Amino acid sequence: MTDLLYSDVEEDLRSSVRDLFADKAAAASVLARTESEEPYDLKLWRTVAAELGLAGLHVPEELGGQGASTRELAVVLEELGRSLAPVPLLGSAVLATSALLGCDTAADEVSALLRRLAAGEVIGALAVALTTWPGSPFPAAVSVSGGVLNGQVGLVADASVADVLVVAATGPDGPALYAVDDFTATEVTSLDLTRRLADVTLSGASGTLLASGAQAVAALNHALTAGAGLLASEQLGVAQWCLDETVAYVKQRYQFGRPVGSFQALKHRLADLYLELVTARATARYAADTLASGDDDVPVAVALAQSTCAGIAVHAAEEAIQLHGGIGMTWEHPAHLYLKRAKSDELALGTPGRHRGSLAGLVNLPPA
Amino acid sequence: MTTAEDLRAKVGEFLAAHDPKTTDRLEFLRARFDAGLAWVHYPEGLGGLNAPRELQSVVDAEFAKAGAPDNNPRRIGIGLGMAAPTILAFGTEEQKKRYLRPLWTGEEVWCQLFSEPGAGSDLAALGTRAVRDGDHWVIDGQKVWTSVAHIARFAILVTRSDPEQPKHRGMTYFICDMTDPGVDVRPLRQLTGEAEFNEVFLSGVRIPDANRLGAVGEGWKVATTTLMNERVAIGGNAMPREGGLIGMVANTWRDRPDLRTPDLHERLVRLWAESEATRLAGTRLRQQLAAGHPGPEGSAMKLAFARLQQALTGLEVELAGQDGLRYDDWTMRRPEKVDMLGREPGYRYLRAKGNSIEGGTSEVLRNIISERVLGLPSEPRVDKDVAWKDLPR
Repeated sequence: MTDLLYSDVEEDLRSSVRDLFADKAAAASVLARTESEEPYDLKLWRTVAAELGLAGLHVPEELGGQGASTRELAVVLEELGRSLAPVPLLGSAVLATSALLGCDTAADEVSALLRRLAAGEVIGALAVALTTWPGSPFPAAVSVSGGVLNGQVGLVADASVADVLVVAATGPDGPALYAVDDFTATEVTSLDLTRRLADVTLSGASGTLLASGAQAVAALNHALTAGAGLLASEQLGVAQWCLDETVAYVKQRYQFGRPVGSFQALKHRLADLYLELVTARATARYAADTLASGDDDVPVAVALAQSTCAGIAVHAAEEAIQLHGGIGMTWEHPAHLYLKRAKSDELALGTPGRHRGSLAGLVNLPPA
Repeated sequence: MTTAEDLRAKVGEFLAAHDPKTTDRLEFLRARFDAGLAWVHYPEGLGGLNAPRELQSVVDAEFAKAGAPDNNPRRIGIGLGMAAPTILAFGTEEQKKRYLRPLWTGEEVWCQLFSEPGAGSDLAALGTRAVRDGDHWVIDGQKVWTSVAHIARFAILVTRSDPEQPKHRGMTYFICDMTDPGVDVRPLRQLTGEAEFNEVFLSGVRIPDANRLGAVGEGWKVATTTLMNERVAIGGNAMPREGGLIGMVANTWRDRPDLRTPDLHERLVRLWAESEATRLAGTRLRQQLAAGHPGPEGSAMKLAFARLQQALTGLEVELAGQDGLRYDDWTMRRPEKVDMLGREPGYRYLRAKGNSIEGGTSEVLRNIISERVLGLPSEPRVDKDVAWKDLPR
C-alpha cells in the first residue's frame, strides 16, 4: 500500500535539515554567495554530507550509507528547494550516487566509490547534460578506448566542485560508465544562480570501469529516473517557499487602507496555488514512495510527478514575483533565486512535455 | 477500542442470523441498523458502535462481499451526509430515536431547504420567516435548488426567526414534514432538460416546536455543522486509476483512432495527468484522515474536481466528432439521482457546469481556502452589524 504521508522519522529529519539551512543558508547569505568566489558552501556541505550523513542517506548500511530510502532523501530535497542552500546534493547524493547504486554494488570499484561518496569524503557528479531525461538515448559525447576517455560534456550540474565524475562513455564495446577524477570543469554562466553548471572536458583521462553494456544503460537510466522523481520534491519545496513567503507578504503589505491579501483578486490566485501544491505534494510523495519500494509503477509515478511539479514550481515562483509587486523584481529580494531555480528545474531531467510524452506511452494513450 | 477484526466478526455473526438471500431487503437493513452496523462511528442504539469512523469501509466491504442489499446511498445522500450528522449533533434523544433509523434505511428520504432565490453564496441572508405561535412555528418563504424534494418525507430547514438581529443571529433550524399541506414542491428545470432540483414554496407551514433542532436563534451554528459535513462527504470515495470520467474518455481514445487529433492528444494527456494527480491527492487526504490528522486539503478537493470535470466533459464532446453535435434527450424528467456516467457526452458537458456552483461555488471555496487555510484577511463585511431587515436587497 502506497504511503503518501510523512512518517515521524521523516518529519524529524525535515526539522533538523530545515534548522541547519535556516542557520547556515539564510536568504541574504545565499544571495551574497552567488556573486562571490565561492558560489558553493563546502563547509555546509561537509556538515550536511558527513555529520548529518545525508550524502549516503539512501545508500544501504553495508555500503557505508544510512540505509534509508528515497522517501527520506525526498524530504531533504524539499528542504533544499525551500532554502536553495548552495550544496551539491543533486549532483553528488542524488545523481552520481544513484548511478552507482544502479551498477553491480558487489564490484569493488563500485562499492569503494559509493562508500567514499556516502561518507562525504568526495563529491561526485553525473557527467551528462542536466537536460538529459529518463529513457533518452545513451549520450555519445564521450568516447572511450582502452580505458582512456575523451570528449566534452556541456551543462553538468555540480561538476565544478566534484572530485569524481560518473561518465557515460561509448567505446568499441558499446556503452559504459566510468569513474573519472582527471577532468576539467569550467563553470558556465547559468540561469540558476544557486546550482552551478559546468562544461566538462576529458582529454585522455583514465577511467575506472563501473558498468558496461546493458548494465551501463540501465544504471544511467536508474540515475535519471531517480533524479527526476526526487527533483519533484525539490520543486515542491520551491513552490512551498514561494506560497508561504507570498502569503506572509500580502498579509502585511497595505494599499488602499487594507492588507492587499484581503482582496479577492489576490486571495483566489493564492487559493489556486495552494490547490496546485496539494496535488504536487501527492505526486511527489508517490514518486518518492514507489522509488523506495521499487514498485512496477515507478516510470508512471516519475513521469506524473515531473509533469505535475515542474510547472507548479514555475507558476508558484511567477506568482511570488507578481504578488510581491515592485520588490519582487529587485535583486535584493530572494524571489528571483526561486524563479531561476524553478525555471531551470523545469528543463532539468526532462521537460514536463517530455514527461507527458512518456506518460502517454506508459498508460496507452497513443498519439493521433 | 473496536478493531477491524471485531467488526468483521460482528458482520459474520449478523450474516449468519440474517441470510441476505432470503431476508426481506427492508427487514435486513433495519436489523443491520439495530445491530450497530449501519454507521459504526455513531453511538450504540443509533445504528453504530462508537467505533472509529474509518472502519466503516471494512463493514461495507464485508456486506458487499456477501451480496447484501445496501441502502442505496446515492439516493439518500442528503439524509446520510447532512441531515443525520446534524440531528446527531443537535437533536434531542426523541428526535434521534425517531428519525435516524428510517433515514438510514432509506424508508424516509430527506432534502435540504437552505438556499433561497435571494440567498445563495450568502446563505446567512436567507429570509424564510418563522413566527412563533404557541407550541408551533408558522413558516412562510421560498427555497430553491432542492434536490429530491419531490420524493422527500422530511427536510432540514433554516429560517429567519428574528429579523431585528444581524443576519448570522436570529436564525432557527427545524425539521420540516414535507407532507404538510403548506409545502408546495415544483420542479425546477435546468439546462440539461431535466429537473433534478425543485423550488419549494412554504405557505403557512406549521412546525411543532418539538421539531426544532438547536436553540432558538442558533440556526446558523446548526447550519454550519450541516455544511461542514457536506464538505466531508464531498471528500469522496477511494477510486482506482482511471476510475472516474477520465477512464471513460481514455477508453474512447483507445477505441476510436479515427477521432484522434494532435490537439486532443495534448489536452487528453494533460487531463490524464491532472486526474491522476487529483486522485492521489484524494488518497493522501484519506490517509491523513485515517491517521487521525484531517488536513485542510478537503476544501481544495472539490475545487479540483469541478475544474477537472468541466475540462474533461468539454474535451469529450469534441472527441465525439460528428456525434458531438447530438444530444441524447431533452425530455423533461425528474430523476432521483444524477447519472453522469450513464448519459451521453453532451449531457455530461452541461451537467458539469453545476459542479463549480453546487455545494459552495468555486469562488466561495477559494475564499474559504484563502481565509481558513492560508489565514488571509476577509473582505470588509459591510453587513456584519446591520439588522437583517435593514440589509439592502
